[in-house]
Amino acid sequence: MSTLTIDKAGPTRKVKYGSMSRDRAWALRWSYFFLVLFAIFFLTPPLYMLITSLKSSAEISAATNPWWVFHPTLSNYVELLTSNQFLRFFWNSSIVAIVVVVITMLISIPAAFALARMKFWGSATLATGVFLTYLIPDSLLFIPLFKMLAVIQDVTGITLLNRWYVLLFIYPTLTVPFCTWIMIGYFASIPKELDEAALIDGASWLQTLTRIFIPVALPGLIAATIFAFTVSWAQFLYPLVFTTSVDQLVLPVGITTTLIKGDVFNWGQIMTGALLGAAPPLIIYAFLMDYYIAGLTAGATKG
Amino acid sequence: MREPPGARAAPIAGSRPNWAGFAIPLQESDTMADVVVEQGHTVSAARARKPTSLRNILGRKSTVAFMLTLPLILLVGLLVLYPALYSVHLATLNKSMQKFVALGNFQFLFKRDTFWMVVKQSCIFALTAVFFKALIGFIVAHFVHNIPGKKQRKWRGMLLVPWVIPPAMSTLAWLWLFDPSYSAFNYTLSLFGIGPVNWLGDTFWARFSVILVNVWYGAPFFLIMYLAALKSVPDQLYEAAAIDGANWWQKIWYVTLPMMRNIIAITALFSLIVTFANFDIVRILTSGGPLDKTHLFATWAFKVGIEGSDIPLGASVSLFMVPILAIAAIFILRDVSKRGNEA
Repeated sequence: MSTLTIDKAGPTRKVKYGSMSRDRAWALRWSYFFLVLFAIFFLTPPLYMLITSLKSSAEISAATNPWWVFHPTLSNYVELLTSNQFLRFFWNSSIVAIVVVVITMLISIPAAFALARMKFWGSATLATGVFLTYLIPDSLLFIPLFKMLAVIQDVTGITLLNRWYVLLFIYPTLTVPFCTWIMIGYFASIPKELDEAALIDGASWLQTLTRIFIPVALPGLIAATIFAFTVSWAQFLYPLVFTTSVDQLVLPVGITTTLIKGDVFNWGQIMTGALLGAAPPLIIYAFLMDYYIAGLTAGATKG
Repeated sequence: MREPPGARAAPIAGSRPNWAGFAIPLQESDTMADVVVEQGHTVSAARARKPTSLRNILGRKSTVAFMLTLPLILLVGLLVLYPALYSVHLATLNKSMQKFVALGNFQFLFKRDTFWMVVKQSCIFALTAVFFKALIGFIVAHFVHNIPGKKQRKWRGMLLVPWVIPPAMSTLAWLWLFDPSYSAFNYTLSLFGIGPVNWLGDTFWARFSVILVNVWYGAPFFLIMYLAALKSVPDQLYEAAAIDGANWWQKIWYVTLPMMRNIIAITALFSLIVTFANFDIVRILTSGGPLDKTHLFATWAFKVGIEGSDIPLGASVSLFMVPILAIAAIFILRDVSKRGNEA
């Protein structure tokens, strides 16, 4: 109320309004200025990857201006994309990431459905437990998991260490808790009337899930899929611990261990490999940015 | 129970005739055909029902729910909870894992200077990195929020790139930027006449670099979270503040921060856990060097446990993360459940 009287009494109202819009214009200019600075900070490493990947080793060791390519060449790309070793890394990474996404979805969608809709004994505790599991980092579990795999290998005779397929069982521990958690959020936001109607029409749980929940929560499902894929693609610690032979490595470990030979760094190839390794998540992100962000924010905001 | 009775009806309809029957009066008249079918179905099911038949147990709601969550429970139990407990067991063994040494590994660690250095470095690393991530995220979120409409999307898309690139890949780019002989940073600095900085060889600069890379990688996460939170603050509050003559600083302090307090806290706690447990960046950038001056719990545990094949000692090192993670987790849980209750 008091503000209203001040406004009316103030003879400088028009001037004040003008100053506000001027303020806003300045705020916008400053925003752009600082955003450009931050964008430079954020985009320097990826751009530098690209610049270096286009250089020949001769140009790199000539130590000319590092921020410019004087003789652009695609030889690094050609070399890596025709190297069986690199293609093997790429293949291993793709298989692992895709299978892990499928496993994750098969586990977390039914679980999220049960936890969101069928209240049963211990369901609330289990949901909290899933969330807590998400908070347990990989760096806490890699040593016991390594020892566990070694013991299982000794007892059963099945080779587990130094095999890429063991990652198929390990990665879901990173993806399933988070995916279940965001799917619970999405499923819980579906109006009850929808599944009640399905129940009345005689749908089974399975039908309610596949015909109603999955289509309606599709954005959440895509977000969870993207998350699971990015996490499995980027995982570094587990493959570093569990796999050592060159033909068993996934991309991040392969690039960091094989392209660096002793003290000789072939930076052109390393940067090309890193860029190619970063490409799949970047492409997914470029096309599905909104889902990506939805998954990111849903994790912490959807209580 | 907040659920209406209809929702509790078992959807494997046959075995629960009373629920199906209960549903009939709720039906609209135009679905009569369905109702008839439903009735016929229930009658036959009722006739076939035996008191403790397997089908009956399978059809029970709690059984179905249990079956649906079973894979999750197995996964979490066998590959998360069991290893977590197993590492406690491992930590009580000697190096060859033949003998029980109780707290021997911990006593050994407490006597080593490197261990205390790792504790100190992990705390410095996590707290500094989270602080700057939060600060940069907060500032940049405001700038992005100022940008109108469509352009905002583009800026947001650009600024989120560090978060999308797998950290192992982007850290390689940083390693190359910091390279001692061909360092692009030193080249740029030399243009301004500033002498070469030994980025990864000098204790201070190595710690600085490691934190810088972590801030670079994690700040976009804060940016996105804070941007979402900023959008949820109603404009009327800012208008009211402007009418009351608040300047930009007062608007942030009295309007934005109180409205975003919850999300700031939860994002920072999340990030604290992830940063504290960080492995990739230090491993690739410095491998803990120079002279173990940048080791974190994770990288040192890797060095001792896997590279040095002293698994029990490595397990003991990584177990020291648990108290800090647990404290952060408790606060997050409290926040999450509070939000849940409000909703």
